[in-house]
Amino acid sequence: MKKIISVFLCVLLILSSLVFCVSADEAYAYDEEYYSKFKGQNITLYVYNWGEYIADGSDETMDVIAEFEALTGIQVEYTTFDTNEGLYSKLQSGSAYYDIIIPSDYMISRMAQGGMLEKLNYENIPNFGKYVDEVFKNPDYDPNQEYSVPYTWGTVGLIYNSKYVTEPVDSWDLLWDEKYSGKILMVSNSRDAFGIALKRLGYSMNTENPEEIREAAESLKAQKDVVQAYVMDQIFDKMVEENAWIAPYYAGDYLTMSETNEDLEFVFPKEGFNQFVDAMCIPKGCKNQEAAEMFINFMCEPKVSAENLGYIGYSTPISAAKDLMDEEMTSNAIAYPSDEILKNSETYSNLSDEANKLMDDLWIEVRIGTLTAGFWVTVAFLAAGITALCILQMYRKRKRLVARNAVK
Amino acid sequence: MKLNAKWTSYPYIIWMLLFTIIPLFLIGYFAFTDAEGSFTVGNIEQAVKYIPALVKSVSLAAIATVLCLLLAYPFAFAMSRLSFERQKMMSMLIMLPMWMNFLLRTYAWQAILEDNGVINTILTSVGLSSVKLINTSGAVVMGMIYNYIPFMILPLYSVMTKIDKSVLEAASDLGAGFFSTLYRVILPLSMPGIVSGTTMVFVPAVSTFVISGMLGGVNNYLIGDLIETQFLGNSYDLNCGSATSLLLMVVVLITMAIFNHFSDEDAEEALV
Repeated sequence: MKKIISVFLCVLLILSSLVFCVSADEAYAYDEEYYSKFKGQNITLYVYNWGEYIADGSDETMDVIAEFEALTGIQVEYTTFDTNEGLYSKLQSGSAYYDIIIPSDYMISRMAQGGMLEKLNYENIPNFGKYVDEVFKNPDYDPNQEYSVPYTWGTVGLIYNSKYVTEPVDSWDLLWDEKYSGKILMVSNSRDAFGIALKRLGYSMNTENPEEIREAAESLKAQKDVVQAYVMDQIFDKMVEENAWIAPYYAGDYLTMSETNEDLEFVFPKEGFNQFVDAMCIPKGCKNQEAAEMFINFMCEPKVSAENLGYIGYSTPISAAKDLMDEEMTSNAIAYPSDEILKNSETYSNLSDEANKLMDDLWIEVRIGTLTAGFWVTVAFLAAGITALCILQMYRKRKRLVARNAVK
Repeated sequence: MKLNAKWTSYPYIIWMLLFTIIPLFLIGYFAFTDAEGSFTVGNIEQAVKYIPALVKSVSLAAIATVLCLLLAYPFAFAMSRLSFERQKMMSMLIMLPMWMNFLLRTYAWQAILEDNGVINTILTSVGLSSVKLINTSGAVVMGMIYNYIPFMILPLYSVMTKIDKSVLEAASDLGAGFFSTLYRVILPLSMPGIVSGTTMVFVPAVSTFVISGMLGGVNNYLIGDLIETQFLGNSYDLNCGSATSLLLMVVVLITMAIFNHFSDEDAEEALV
């Protein structure tokens, strides 16, 4: 009996050492057979992704698209968008064709409800079952796991420059602080701006209660006096160059920004913050669904996910990819916050048309605001100019009439 | 052979039909319907509430246009009097900034005008205090002038090259001084250039949203930004967006009509 056990242990030892011998790279090798299905068929996939949202071969990263093309023989036409809403209106207008899109959570549920997405065949995406973390399966935005495969996730927090903001920071109130008037940036899209204002007031980001939304609009109007500008992408430059000191933005981008400016700090505000997931979907009318699913599967390869996330700086829903990533990155409490912190987060859900409309109308009201005295002076000046022109014109006309009559 | 030139215009007529006339009808249709497609004037009522943004856009665009004209007019005249080689060189230099993307040019202005930007860095390094340049209406007007002034210079220049030297000599022979020549000869003759230049600057300036978004800060939310919010915001509000666009179009048409009315009379006067 002892012998059997020892033999068994030996075998186990050898086996386990074998497993450890296999380098991480080989363990996550591509399934060549699976990927060769469409070779030589001259298929082109149209991928529509966020800007700067895939490893492209710069900074010693993998050129993910080129790798996919070489592996499968499928051509990829890659284009980018800047906002979920832009993506939505492009698809709505029917003016463009895409095989793969990567919207965020709330937009996925909106598109699914609107019948704009194809149901996925998860059998063609073996890596979904194999690698995607359980917490990202059956999410609120796709409860039956029919339409999406997660690509990245991340959070929106508060970034500030510790050179100028020396007090301890833990709240969205900093964005309303008159002390820093003119040095505060605010996001320019209504959903994010209202999300922050609602959280600060202690409400849900997903409220459809008109009273709460109106209250948030009032607080955004009050904030306007201290805000320098409503921007999105420019937050990056303005914060790094210290033209502004305080701004809400994505944790992943913060990590990139702090490489350039070490004074920048990031906090998860205590009132709560947004957690988002960007996931891959196939829009209705896709002509090469199986090839598109192959692309989605490829993006879930731990090797590929590690390269992409290393480049983007956001967080990966594939734990296996973390083994292949920089330890410094995966142990970072901002990129991968603890469960305790994440408990305080909220993901966006799709709002009703009425709530969306109310939010946008109120947002326009906030942005137009009231007109200042200097503005009315300008208008008066212009009006005076136009009147003067008219008078001059009438004078000339009369003179000309006189001249004509004289000729006659 | 009788050359029937009518058909040569067909390609452009088809183009215009597809990309101007049909979209115009679509805007009209969306402006007067709700999300379900039934008739409503609610969108127009809502658009009318946004008149403050419209007034602001028209004022800033008008200021930019006037400044463009004041800058471009003497320059275009001087340019039209140069030798042929130099004229070619000048018009290339004017076009040069347009070889670069519009967005990038505006981005560059942001870097120049920022609180820690190029101008303020120079000012503080020579011991002066920094000035607030970005996020003001002035910055928006500046951006408009920079981006659109070639559209003012070029039509003025092409009209002014046609003013014959002998006409100016005749004016001077008949005893007209500088101002009198300018007012009675050059100005009426260059009126078509002024009209097309003004239109080409005013119309894009009044509907801009990139410039105000990047350089304007919080208090320069123009009608273009507003329409962008309606089309690309959360609610994908095609109907209100179309109504606001329609309102903008009507205002632009009225403004241009008033202006053309003036210029027609001037042209007429020049012929008398």
